[in-house]
Amino acid sequence: MSNELKYLSERAARGLLNRRSFMGRAAALGATTTFAGTMLASAVMAAGPVKGGTLRVGIQGGSSTDSLDPGLSTNATSTQILRMWGEPLVELAEDGGIDPRLASEYEASADAKTWTFKMRSGVTYSNGKSVTAEDVKATIERHAGEESKSGALGLLRGIVSMSTDGDRFILELDTPNADLPYLLADYHLVIQPNGGKDDPTAAIGSGPYILKSHEPGVRHVFEKNPNYWNDDLGHAETVELLVINDDTARVAALQSGQVHMVNRVPPKVASLVGRMGGVKVHSTPSAGHYVFIMHADTAPFDNKDLRLALKYAINREEMVEKILFGNGTAGNDSPINASYPLFTEREQRTYDPEKAAFHFKASGHDGSVLLRTSDNSFPGAPDAAQLFQQSAAAAGITLDVKREPNDGYWSEVWNKQPFCTSYWGGRPTQDAMFSTAYLSSADWNDTRFFNDGFDKMLLAARAELDEGKRKAIYSDMSTIVSDEGGLICPMFNNFIDAVSEGVEGWRTTKGFDLMNNYAPLKMWVTA
Amino acid sequence: MGPMLKLLSQRIALGILLLLAVSVVIFSGTEMLPGDLAQSILGQSATPEALANLRADLGLNEPAYVRYFEWLGGLLQGDLGTALSNGQAIGPQIGKRLGNTLFLASTAAVVAVPLAIFLGLVAVRFRNRWPDKLISGATLASISLPEFFIGYVLIYFFAVKWRLFPSVATVYDSMSFLEKLNAIALPVTVLTLVVLAHMMRMTRAAILNVMQSAYIETAELKGLSAFKVIARHAFPNSISPIVNVVMLNLAYLVVGVVVVEVIFVYPGMGQYLVDHVSKRDVPVVQACGLIFAAVYVVLNLIADIVAILSNPRLRHPK
Repeated sequence: MSNELKYLSERAARGLLNRRSFMGRAAALGATTTFAGTMLASAVMAAGPVKGGTLRVGIQGGSSTDSLDPGLSTNATSTQILRMWGEPLVELAEDGGIDPRLASEYEASADAKTWTFKMRSGVTYSNGKSVTAEDVKATIERHAGEESKSGALGLLRGIVSMSTDGDRFILELDTPNADLPYLLADYHLVIQPNGGKDDPTAAIGSGPYILKSHEPGVRHVFEKNPNYWNDDLGHAETVELLVINDDTARVAALQSGQVHMVNRVPPKVASLVGRMGGVKVHSTPSAGHYVFIMHADTAPFDNKDLRLALKYAINREEMVEKILFGNGTAGNDSPINASYPLFTEREQRTYDPEKAAFHFKASGHDGSVLLRTSDNSFPGAPDAAQLFQQSAAAAGITLDVKREPNDGYWSEVWNKQPFCTSYWGGRPTQDAMFSTAYLSSADWNDTRFFNDGFDKMLLAARAELDEGKRKAIYSDMSTIVSDEGGLICPMFNNFIDAVSEGVEGWRTTKGFDLMNNYAPLKMWVTA
Repeated sequence: MGPMLKLLSQRIALGILLLLAVSVVIFSGTEMLPGDLAQSILGQSATPEALANLRADLGLNEPAYVRYFEWLGGLLQGDLGTALSNGQAIGPQIGKRLGNTLFLASTAAVVAVPLAIFLGLVAVRFRNRWPDKLISGATLASISLPEFFIGYVLIYFFAVKWRLFPSVATVYDSMSFLEKLNAIALPVTVLTLVVLAHMMRMTRAAILNVMQSAYIETAELKGLSAFKVIARHAFPNSISPIVNVVMLNLAYLVVGVVVVEVIFVYPGMGQYLVDHVSKRDVPVVQACGLIFAAVYVVLNLIADIVAILSNPRLRHPK
C-alpha cells in the first residue's frame, strides 16, 4: 500500500478531503474502487467517532396508536425509541454475549437460582434523580405483576422474590435459569424511576438521549443527554426518527439524502439499492424465521407421516432464492439457527419428492391438504405458498392454498386454523424460544406440540451451567422438534438495513435490525 | 327572499338527515365486523375475567341501539369518545390530523381550481385548435395514470435525481409556513395533476354548452373580444355545473388522498384511519367515517346552495 494513499485516506477520514475526490485520487494512484473504499472505511473507524450533528433515521413500524409505555412496545419504531431514552440492567453484546449496562457487574449462585446485580454508581435519570436498585426492583415488579400487559411478562415467570441491599439488586427464581441475564436484556425492561409505576409513559430514563418531541407514527426527536455516563454511545447531538412505513418512500428518503439510515429494505430491491452510489446495504443474519405451521394434534396433521411428507416436499433453497432474494439462509425445521449462543449444526433436511411421496402414502391421507396464507403473515407468503404447492405437486401431494385477508389474520387464522403461514422474530436464547412456542404449556404453542421428553430436557438445560452439556441437550431438542413437531421452517430471514455515506461506524451485530437498534447511538455523522 | 330561504333551509335539513342516516350505517357497519371487540383488544393471552371486565367497561353488554344513542349523544356534545388502543381522547388527536389534511387539500385546491378553470377558458377560446388539444391531452394523460405512479415518478426526478424537493412530506409544528409549503410541494403537485382534468373538462363542456345560445351571438355581434365574451357572458351562466364538479373534487382531496399520504408519509387523516383500522380501534374508525361523510355532505350542500344563488330563475321566482 502506498504511503500517499494512506495519507489521503487519513485526510479523508478527518473530513479534510471529500469522499469523491479521495476516490478519484486513489484511482489515479492505481487503487481499485473496492480497495480504496475499504481503506477509507478503516481509516474512518481508526479516526474515531465525530461528535455532534443531526442524525436522521427513516424507520418502519411506527403507528399513531403507539404508547410510550415500555411494556407496550411492539414494533421496530417503539423499540428504537426505548433504546434512545432508556437503559436496561444488562444488554446483548455485539457478538451475542451479555454486557453490563446499568449494572456494573452481576453474579449467580452455584445453583443459578439467586442472581445479584451491582448498580453502576453515579448514574442519573434525565430528571436529575439517581438510578437505584429500588428502581430496578420496581421496574421488574411492574412488568411481572398480575395486572401487567407488558410484552416482557412471559420472560419474567418464575421469580420468587426480589430484594435490594444498598446498591445491589437480588433476584431469586423458583427453578434454576442460567439464561436470566439474557431475559433481563429484553428491550422492554428499561429502568424507570420507581419502575414507571407513577407514570409509565413519562419517557424519563437514564439513556444517552432525552425525548424532545413525540408524535406517534410521525416523528420523534431526541437530544443528547448532557450528563450521560458512557462516552461510547450517542455521538450525534440530535437524533430524529422519521416514521416511514411505505417501503418505496423509505428507500427514496435515503436516496434523496433526507435520512442517513433506514431499516427493513425489501429483499426484492436490496441488491438494486446496494448498486446506487452513496448508499451501503447491510444484510445481517437474524434469528427471525418464516414458517408453515401445522397443529400436530389436529387431523390430518396428527399423523407423523403426513407431517414428514410435507417437510420433505418443500424446497428450502428455492425459497431463500425466490422469496428472500438470497437475503437469508435455509431453515432446518427447528426454530434455532446460528444466531443463538449455543447452536450446533445438525444434518440438513432437503427437498426429496421420493421420500415425501413415501411418507404421504404411509400416512394413508386421501385428497388434498388446505394451507392458509396472507400477505402479512410474512413478506411474500402467498408466493411462498405457491412455490410449496408446486414442489409438493411433484411428490404427488395436492396443496390447496387459501388466501386470507390481512385484517384479523392473527386473531382468526394464526393459532386457530391447523395449517397456515406465519413468522417468528426469534428470541435471545434457545431456552426463551422453546419456552415461548414449543413447551407443552407455552403461551403461543402454535404447532400444538406436546412432548414430555422435550419438556423435561428444557428444564434440565435451564439448570445446567456446563455449556458443553447444554449445547448437546439443545441440539437433541432441535432434532425432536424437527422430526416430531408441526413446524416447517424453510428459511431464516436477514435484517436488511441501508446507510448513506453521511454516517460511519457500522458494525455487524446480533439481535434486531439497525445493529440491534444501536446504529443511531453508535454511528456518527461525517457530512 | 322567502322562497330562497325555504329552499336553503330544506337543503340544510336534508343534509342533517343524511348525516344521521350515515351515522346509522357507520355504526351498524362496525357492529357487523367479525370477531369480538374485547378479544381483539386484549389479544391471544386474554383471560376470561379480563375479557368480561373489558366488555363491561366498553358497555358491550348493552343492546346495540342503546349504545348507538349513547354514541350519538356524545357526538352531539362534541365528544368523539376514547381511542381503545392508547386510551386517549379522540377529539384532539383527530383535530391535528384533520388540520394537516385540510392544509394539504386546501393548498392543492388553491393551485388546482383556478388553474383548471383558467385552462378550461383557454381551451374554449382556442377550441379544436392546438392549445385546446394540448391542454385536453395533457390533463387526460395525468388523470389516467394512477396517483401512486405519478408520485413515484415525481419522487424519482425531483427528490432523488435533482434534489429540489423532499420526498418525505412530514410536517410538524416547529416548521415555518414556507418550510411546510416546501415539504408538501410534491404531494400537492400529484393531487393537482389528478384533479385537474375533471374540473378543466367540465368547465370547457359547460361553457361550450352556453356558447351555443343566442345571447352569445349577440355579444359577439356587439364586437366584444372572444375572451371577454367567454369570461363575462358565458362563464357566469355555467357556474353551477362547474361548482358542482369543483366541490366533488375538493371532497376527493380531503377524503381520497390515503394513497398520496402513504407515499409521501404525510401525517393526515388517511394514515391515521389506516393505523386504527388495523388495530380494530372502532371508536376512531367511526369518528373518522363520520367526519369524512360530513365533509362530503357539507361540500355538496355548498355546491347546491351556490347553484341556487347563481341561478336568477331560482333567485327571483315569478
